[in-house]
Amino acid sequence: MTIAIAALQRRRWHRGLWPYIARRLLAGAALLLVLSSLIFLGTALLPGDAASALLGRSATPAALAELREKLGLDQPLITRYLTWLSAFVQGDLGNSLMNGRAVSDSIAARLGNTLFLAGFAASIVIPLSIFLGLFSVRYRDSVIDRTITFVTRGLVALPEFFVGYLLIYALSISLGWFSSSSTVFPGMSLSSRVVATVLPCLTLVIAITGHVTTMVRACVLDVLSRPYIEMAVLKGVPHGTIVWRHALANALSPIINVVLINLAYLVAGVVVVEVVFVYPGMGQFMVDSVFNRDIPVVQASALLFAAIYIGLNLCADVLAVLANPRLGFTS
Amino acid sequence: MTRMFKLPVSVMLSGVAIALFIAVTALAPVLAPYGVNEIVGISWDPPSLSSPLGTDMIGRDLLSRFIWGARVTILTAAAATLLACLLGASFGILAGLRRGWPDMVLSRFVDLVMAAPTLILAMVLLTILPRSLAFIVAIMALIEATRFYRLARLIAVDTAALDFVESAYLRGEKTLWIIFREILPNGIMPILAEFGLRFIFTVLFLSTLSFLGLGVQPPLTDWGSLIKENKDGLLFGITAALLPGVAIAVLAVAVTTMVDWITAGENGGQ
Amino acid sequence: MTTSLLEIRNLTVRAHGNPAAPLLVSDVSLRVERGTVLGLIGESGAGKSTIGLAALGYARAGTSITSGSVRFDGIDLFQESESYRRALRGQRIAYVAQSATASFNPAFRLLDQIIESSLRVNRLDRGAAQERALTLLDVMGLDARTIAMRFPHEVSGGQLQRAMTVMALCARPDLIIFDEPTTALDVTTQQDVLKAIQHAIELQSTAAIYISHDLALVSQVADRIHVLRHGCTVEEAPTIDLVTRPSTPYTRALLEAGVHETTVGHRDAHVALELQGITAGYQTGSAIVRDVSLAIGRGETLALVGESGSGKSTLGRVVNGLLRPRTGRILFDGRELAPSIHNRPLADRRAIQTVHQTPDTSLNPRHRIEEIVGRPLAIYENLGRQQRKDRVGALLEQVELSPSLARRFPAELSGGQKQRVAIARAIAARPQILICDEPTSALDTLVARDVLALLMRLQAENSIGCLFITHDLNIVRSIASRTAVLRHGQIVRAGYTSEVLAPPFDDYTGKLVAAVPTLPRVDPEPALTLKWNAG
Repeated sequence: MTIAIAALQRRRWHRGLWPYIARRLLAGAALLLVLSSLIFLGTALLPGDAASALLGRSATPAALAELREKLGLDQPLITRYLTWLSAFVQGDLGNSLMNGRAVSDSIAARLGNTLFLAGFAASIVIPLSIFLGLFSVRYRDSVIDRTITFVTRGLVALPEFFVGYLLIYALSISLGWFSSSSTVFPGMSLSSRVVATVLPCLTLVIAITGHVTTMVRACVLDVLSRPYIEMAVLKGVPHGTIVWRHALANALSPIINVVLINLAYLVAGVVVVEVVFVYPGMGQFMVDSVFNRDIPVVQASALLFAAIYIGLNLCADVLAVLANPRLGFTS
Repeated sequence: MTRMFKLPVSVMLSGVAIALFIAVTALAPVLAPYGVNEIVGISWDPPSLSSPLGTDMIGRDLLSRFIWGARVTILTAAAATLLACLLGASFGILAGLRRGWPDMVLSRFVDLVMAAPTLILAMVLLTILPRSLAFIVAIMALIEATRFYRLARLIAVDTAALDFVESAYLRGEKTLWIIFREILPNGIMPILAEFGLRFIFTVLFLSTLSFLGLGVQPPLTDWGSLIKENKDGLLFGITAALLPGVAIAVLAVAVTTMVDWITAGENGGQ
Repeated sequence: MTTSLLEIRNLTVRAHGNPAAPLLVSDVSLRVERGTVLGLIGESGAGKSTIGLAALGYARAGTSITSGSVRFDGIDLFQESESYRRALRGQRIAYVAQSATASFNPAFRLLDQIIESSLRVNRLDRGAAQERALTLLDVMGLDARTIAMRFPHEVSGGQLQRAMTVMALCARPDLIIFDEPTTALDVTTQQDVLKAIQHAIELQSTAAIYISHDLALVSQVADRIHVLRHGCTVEEAPTIDLVTRPSTPYTRALLEAGVHETTVGHRDAHVALELQGITAGYQTGSAIVRDVSLAIGRGETLALVGESGSGKSTLGRVVNGLLRPRTGRILFDGRELAPSIHNRPLADRRAIQTVHQTPDTSLNPRHRIEEIVGRPLAIYENLGRQQRKDRVGALLEQVELSPSLARRFPAELSGGQKQRVAIARAIAARPQILICDEPTSALDTLVARDVLALLMRLQAENSIGCLFITHDLNIVRSIASRTAVLRHGQIVRAGYTSEVLAPPFDDYTGKLVAAVPTLPRVDPEPALTLKWNAG
């Protein structure tokens, strides 16, 4: 009997999961493809092109034409897009208009730095906000809950750059504990890298924890208000089992969703924080390039950011389904 | 009526704060002691009676610049949000009511825009477009309109399925009546709440762009630019770089509290 | 004298917050003896569920028990600790909720949820508990092996309700509280589930409290019936006594609301509306209504009967013009109507009016009553403001409402009042055909009776033809001269009501008729026998 049931469970589990993930991956890839064309078109169609942006207004028509030919701008749009895309997929992100260097070389190290910073922040934000959210629910309507709610709500309102400069003013200028700019370089030891990125990481944590905590709390409270929780009480299930088994089983998937989607917001937050702390990451690089209208760099970094963002959303969907057997993939 | 006397303190404070911001925006020419770019002292003057916040790197009065900056920030954000709301809500309601292929096309486009991080999207557009105030308002409005579109479309679809809208159709009411008398009165509160929240988001968005040097350009100034210009002042004890941050936070908390209170009152009453 | 299994004494329950609010339960006393079933009857707001939960030693958040006691097997539950009460729940007292769909945890398989209580105190090991659960599922008429391994969303409402009963029975409790366990189900399913529940509790000789708003239903299962109103006891008596010799006017009214005289004569009238060979469905799906033809005479009521999903409401939408039929014609006064509402002139729109099931969704919550009722007057008759106001007042009086309600919003009215406003709006257009889509099924018994009477009076006075969509055969008997029975979108039986609802039946109509519990005529003389089913 029991064996038969276990076999049945396994079979159901595998029936729809992989096709589902494949479907989601395909959809994500399609979305990225459309976005890439949008990014390319956005930077190619609008008034002014790379050549005129590069040479400025005083350029002679002859020089412009020459540069256009060099950059391939005289080709039809679709050819240019496909060339760009196929090169991109092969890792050739083009050359910077500013210094002529390969974009991929400049980006590689910076991407690593950015991912390190974001990962560092995420590794603190995720446990911290889930803990705060659950803690707040556990002591619902108590002083603790109110304090957490009040503080998180305040944190949500603070812009990242404000938090960043406040930390610089307090911890770096007044107390002199940390350097106000985060210098990292290749070959740096992990510990000194961590020390160098404490302030930007802390800034990101403060900026995002508020959001995630509020939403985790709301998720769990929502589940606790459902009739099946009351039913569990009326079945005599002990309080702990209700929260950890009955409620969490249903809250897990919305929580995962909320957490990962907020991590996607890290993408925007990281740009600002990198500028504040003069951190050599993708964000700062992209801001500089936008400022200098360095189109190949902007295209490449925008597409990378979008890919990370879409990837996180994708993970959120798949993990949420994994965490919730009810969410469709069996049917 | 009796509700006035039961105003929670937080709501009262929020009201005062919002009124103050509106007053500063409206009365900037009267309130600001000096012009935006008027040089009144030397580099990084400490706070004094004539310059309560001190001066910036090239000797401009920081209080005046903060007040003028408030005006630009709030007006620009308000204009962008209003434009976004009008654009998004009207297309959203029409799409939700009429359905069919225009709804399909618009909704897919909105999905696409919302699938990319807003800041990155804006940065891509700002790479090529001129960084004038009009374009910045247009870019922010376009991005924010997608949020209003989603909400308004949802409201229209949900409400249109209700029997009273069906009744109105059966009775022979015109589409305009159905939108303005049947659907909007039931959807206006969520849209207004969204307006408040989106306004705050736009203030943050604009400040971020300006802080990155991609938003409001000199000779105009706004809160984000002020932070960018005066961050070095922190080293000299001039904390003016923090003031716009405080202002944004206060504005955000005040508007959010107000929105919560209004929507809660709406759900609680009647 | 041995102690009762459950004894509630002078129970009073209050809602927190507003001290002026009426008590949820006020001074109610009742007993349940071992192996017997007590029916708890009342309309919405009677405090039935609150009492049911109190029997488990449980008060919902926001409510508290201010006085009285609940003794289970001699133990005063509210004097004991929460952990003591928790140990009783699921083990000795079990609960079956109204909405099984919402009350099963969506994340776990049914089997795991069913045996959860049984495992807790090691009464049974897992294997034995599973065996027992499967046996009980069989008893309840379910395909045990497939149902047990399903998740709640993969199982129908009727099956879930049975599974929930199994969940309650599994730990062999002494007492089960059934809180409206069949209300959310379809008529025929309702009867099957009720039978299964009855069978199972008899088999286990479990005592039960059966909570319902439906007196006829409860009288099928209960040994005694306790009638509640506004949180107070009205009366309690053995079932037979209560349904034949009620001692209070309220119970008598409840009983009479369920029994209907056939007042409608056979009339052959001038045909006002005729459907010819209507087939209709949504977009690309299969047809929901197939080849339906029927006719309604002027001033006549035609009842359209069927279960949910039979296509009754879809047919109503075809008549309305909201759904364009794939084939077939609609004739009004002998001339063909445009199939789509967009092509119908105002005069045609005016002639056909609708009363929906729930006034909560059919009245715009942001409009005042005067605007709701006055709007047809503005559109169809171009009346000015003052004339409209006068007519609205008159219309409100016609539906037995005070004209002073005109300035109110729907949320300020009761359910019955709102439905009267919806009727006033329909009548305001001076229609010739009225489509009533279950207009009383969302209302309490007595309110429903009055609204129905009003509807019939207005219909007769204005000789309006009425297409009355309902699942309630009692209503059909009392109002409709002719009846059509719809199943899977096809008419399976049609004709004069007295003939349609009398034997010999076709299978389906027979099942529908049998599904309706009917009460014996209330008689001043004591009746000795009871007959549940008319069919």
